[in-house]
Amino acid sequence: MVMSKSLVVVDGIKKTFPIDSGLLSSKKSVKAVNHVSFDIKEGETFSLVGESGCGKSTTGRLVTRLLMPDEGKIWINGEEISKMNETKLREVRKQVQMVFQDPYASLNPRMKIRDVVAEPLLIHTKLSAQERDRIVAEMLEVVGLSSYHAEKFAHEFSGGQRQRIGIARALILKPKLIVADEPVSALDVSIQSQILNLLKDLQEEFHLTYLFISHDLSVVEHISDKIGVMYLGSLVESGPKEMIFANPRHPYTKALLSSVPIPDPRAKRERIILQGDVPSPVNPPSGCLFHTRCPFVMDICKSTPPALREAADRDHFVACHL
Amino acid sequence: MEVVKEIGHSAVVPTEKKSRAREFWKKWKKQKTAFWAGFFILFLFVIALFGPWIAPYDPYEPNYDVTLQTPSMEYWAGTDEYGRDILSRIIVGTGISLGVSFSSVLVGAVVGTILGLISGYYGGWMDRLIMRWSDVMFAFPDLLLAIAIVAILGPGLTNVVVAVAVFSIPSFARLIRGNTLAAKEAVFVEAARSMGAKSSRIIFRHIFPETVSSMIVFFSMRIGTSILAASSLSFLGLGAAPESPDWGAMLSMGRDYLATSPHVVIIPGIAIFLTVLAFNLVGDGLRDILDPKTKN
Amino acid sequence: MSENIMEVKHLQTQFTRDNQKTVVLDHVSFHIKKGEVLGLVGESGCGKSVTSLSIMRLFKDTTGEITNGEIVYNGTNLLSISESDMRRIRGKEISMIFQEPMTSLNPVMKIGEQLMEAIRLHLGYSDQKAREQAVSMLTKVGIPRPSEIMGEYPHQLSGGMRQRIMIAMAMSCNPNLLIADEPTTALDVTIQAQILDVMKQLQADEHMSMLLITHDLGVVAEMCNRVVVMYAGRVVEEASVYDLFDEPKHPYTKGLIGSVPKIGQKRARLDSVPGNVPTPNNMPKGCKFAPRCKDVMPVCWEKEPVITTVGEERFCRCWLYQEEGRDGHV
Repeated sequence: MVMSKSLVVVDGIKKTFPIDSGLLSSKKSVKAVNHVSFDIKEGETFSLVGESGCGKSTTGRLVTRLLMPDEGKIWINGEEISKMNETKLREVRKQVQMVFQDPYASLNPRMKIRDVVAEPLLIHTKLSAQERDRIVAEMLEVVGLSSYHAEKFAHEFSGGQRQRIGIARALILKPKLIVADEPVSALDVSIQSQILNLLKDLQEEFHLTYLFISHDLSVVEHISDKIGVMYLGSLVESGPKEMIFANPRHPYTKALLSSVPIPDPRAKRERIILQGDVPSPVNPPSGCLFHTRCPFVMDICKSTPPALREAADRDHFVACHL
Repeated sequence: MEVVKEIGHSAVVPTEKKSRAREFWKKWKKQKTAFWAGFFILFLFVIALFGPWIAPYDPYEPNYDVTLQTPSMEYWAGTDEYGRDILSRIIVGTGISLGVSFSSVLVGAVVGTILGLISGYYGGWMDRLIMRWSDVMFAFPDLLLAIAIVAILGPGLTNVVVAVAVFSIPSFARLIRGNTLAAKEAVFVEAARSMGAKSSRIIFRHIFPETVSSMIVFFSMRIGTSILAASSLSFLGLGAAPESPDWGAMLSMGRDYLATSPHVVIIPGIAIFLTVLAFNLVGDGLRDILDPKTKN
Repeated sequence: MSENIMEVKHLQTQFTRDNQKTVVLDHVSFHIKKGEVLGLVGESGCGKSVTSLSIMRLFKDTTGEITNGEIVYNGTNLLSISESDMRRIRGKEISMIFQEPMTSLNPVMKIGEQLMEAIRLHLGYSDQKAREQAVSMLTKVGIPRPSEIMGEYPHQLSGGMRQRIMIAMAMSCNPNLLIADEPTTALDVTIQAQILDVMKQLQADEHMSMLLITHDLGVVAEMCNRVVVMYAGRVVEEASVYDLFDEPKHPYTKGLIGSVPKIGQKRARLDSVPGNVPTPNNMPKGCKFAPRCKDVMPVCWEKEPVITTVGEERFCRCWLYQEEGRDGHV
C-alpha cells in the first residue's frame, strides 16, 4: 500500500466565542475549540464524534474557514488557510465543499434545483448556461435523482431527496474534500442508509476525502477510517476506527461507546452510565475536562490537563493520565 | 398535562405542486376586507391613468357663474369658489396623489433597502453609522422633518417627493436590516459562503429575496402615510401649487368656506380618507399572508 | 376482564386541511399487556405520535378527529366517555412524556409547584403530603438535591434533568399506563443512557405498563417486550422483540433493521429501503409499501393486505403471508 499524503492538516486550532451576559457582569467567553490537531489523508474518512456542544461542528467550520481560528494553523492541500484573505480563499473553496445537517434549511427555498446545484459553477466557472445545465443533469443522475428534477423547488422533495440535492451541489466542482456536518441525523433510518451508501459510493468514484461530523457512533463506525472523539472543545482520543471501537482508551470514549443502544435484544450490555451532565463550556472544570464525570478520577486529573499522547499502539492518541 | 399544542411531525405536509402565485391568490381571496380594498385601489389606478379623459369638466377652467354650488345632478360633487367642478378636480387629483406618494415611497424603499442590506450584512462601523443616522431621523416628528426639507428646497411637488422619501428611508432601512440579520443566519446563506460566493452574490441572490415580502407589506402601508404627509404639505402651502387639483391643496383652498359650503372641504377629505384606509387595509391583508410573523 | 390494560381496535384518525380530509391512521389495532413495555416503531409520518395523541384524546386546537374504532382501557372505551371523565384518567391513570420536555413544562412556574399541582389534583393530598411525594419522586428519577431543585425554574436545568422532571411528573400519581413519545430523542447519547436506565428501573419497580414510541431500533431492543411496527398509518407487523429482530417478517421491517448500522458489525454496505415514504394524499392503491418493496407481487398493487397471524402472537400485514392467515382482520 502506498502511503498517501495528508490533504488536511490541523495544528492546535483554538476558537473562543465571546458571550454577552447582561450589562454589568464581566465579558465571558466560551472555548468552543481548544487546541485541536489532526490530519486527514487523501481518500480517507475522518470523523469527529461527540455530544452536543463538544465543538465538532465549530471545528468543521474552522476547516472550511466559515470561521477564523484564533490560534493554530490549517493546511489544505499544502496551503495554509487559517489567515488567508477572502480572495485567495475562494480558490481553496473550489476544493472544499460542505454538506449540511438540515436538508430543509440548506437549500434556498426560492431557487429552482437547477440553480441551487449550479451555484458553485456560477461562482467559480465561466461556463455557458447550456454547459451548466448539462453538468447539473449529470450530477443529479450521479446522486440518484433525475434530470427533470432540476425544474422543481426544494419544498417539493422529501428530506432524503433534499440531502441528495445538497450532495450534488457539493460535488459539482469535483472537490477533493467534503466536510459533512451531521449529514444524516435529520433523516429517517431507511433514508439514512441510502445516503450513507451514496456517500461511500461517491467517495470511491470521485476519490473524495471526508471530514464527517456526527453524534451517532454507529454511523461513524460504518463510514470512517479514522475517528476523533471530542469532549468540551478538546480532542480526547483519536485513531483508526478499529482501535477506537475495539480498544477504547479514554474513559469518556468507553462510556460513549457503551451508551449506544444496540439494535439487538440479545446483545450483552456492560453499560458505563456517566453521572451528571456535561459541564458548561463557560466554566470548564480545571485539569482534565472530564474529571467531574470520570469513574476513574485521580488527584492529578483535577489539577493538570493531560496532553494528547500516542498510546501503546501506533496512530492511537489519548489525552488521559491513566 | 394537556399542553399539546402541535401535532408532532407525523402529520406529513402535502407536497403537491402549487405555484406561488396561485397559492397567494387563494389566500388573498380569503382576506375579505383587503380583497375589496384592493379592488378600490385598482379602481383608483384606472382613474389616475385616465383621469383627464374621464373628468366631466375641465378641472382648471374657472366658471364664475356657478361658484360654490352644492352637489347636484349637474355637478355631482358641487363646485368650488371659482366654479370648478370638484369631482373633476378629485379625479385629476388622484393621479397627483398616487404619483407623489408612490414615487416618494419608492425612492424611500430603494434607498432604505440598500442601506438596510449594507447595515445588516456588513455590520461594524457602517451599521453603527447608518443606524445612528436613522435614530436621529426618528427623533424628528415626521411632518416637521418634511416641512424643514421643503423649507430648504423650496415648495413644489418634486420637493414634496424628496421630503416624504427622506423620512421613509430610516423606517425601510431598519426593517430591511432586521430581515437581513435574520436571513444572514440561514443555513443556505452559510452554504453559499462555504461555496466561495462573493458578498454581492450572497446579498442579492440569497438575502434580498428574503426581505422582499415584508418590504411589499411595509410599502403598501407606507403609501397611506405618505399620501397624508403630501396632502398636509400641500395644505400648508408647501406642496402643490394652490390652483392645482391636489387633494391637500383643495382642502387648503376650501377651509375659508368651511362654514358656508362644507362640501368643498368634505369631499377631498373623504377622498384622502378612503384612499389611505384602502392602502392600510391592503397592507394588513398582505402582512397576514406574506409576513404573518410580524403581526402585532 | 383480560390481562390487557389497553386494547386499541380499528382506530381511524383523520385531519382536515383546506377542506380536504386526510386519513393518517387506518385500522390501527394492538394491545398492551399489564406490566409490559410495548414499543411503537416507525419513521416520521407513520402515525405513531398521532396514535398516542388519539389514545389521550389530545386533539384540542387541531383538526384531528377519531372517526372510527375503540380504545378500550381497563374495560372502558375511552372514546365514549365524557371529556371530564377523560381528564380524570389523563395524568392519573395514563400519563404521557413528550420528546421535548420544555414544551410540556410551564416556564414561569417552579418545578416543585408544577409537580405538587398534579399530585394535589389527582390524589387529593395535602400540601405537606404532596411535597413529600414530589421530593420522593425526584429522588426516584435520580435528581440530586431534590428539595433545592423544587424551587428552581425549568430553564435553569439541562435537557436531561428536564426529562427526568417530566418522568417524575408523569409517574407522580402512580399511573397504570405510561405513554412515552420519543422520550430520549432530543438527548445526547450518554444522557439517553441515564434516562433509559431510570425508566427501566421505575417500570420494573412499579410494575407499570408502558407504550414506548420511538424511531430508534436500539432503544426498542433495550427497552421493549413486544413491538408494533407502523408504516403509512397502518400496523404492518406485531411481534415479541426477540422474534422481531431474529426473524422479521414484513419486508419493511426487514429493510428497517438492515438499514441501521450496528457497532462491531462490519458491513461494506447497509441494506436500504429504496424510495420515500408516501404522503397521506398520495397513497398507493394497494399495499402502502408496494412501491418500495423488493418482494412486490402483482396483487400488492391491487388490494391492501389484511393483518394476519403468522406465528404465536405474531401478526403481519403482507401478501406474502396471507395464505397462512386464519383469523385475518382488516
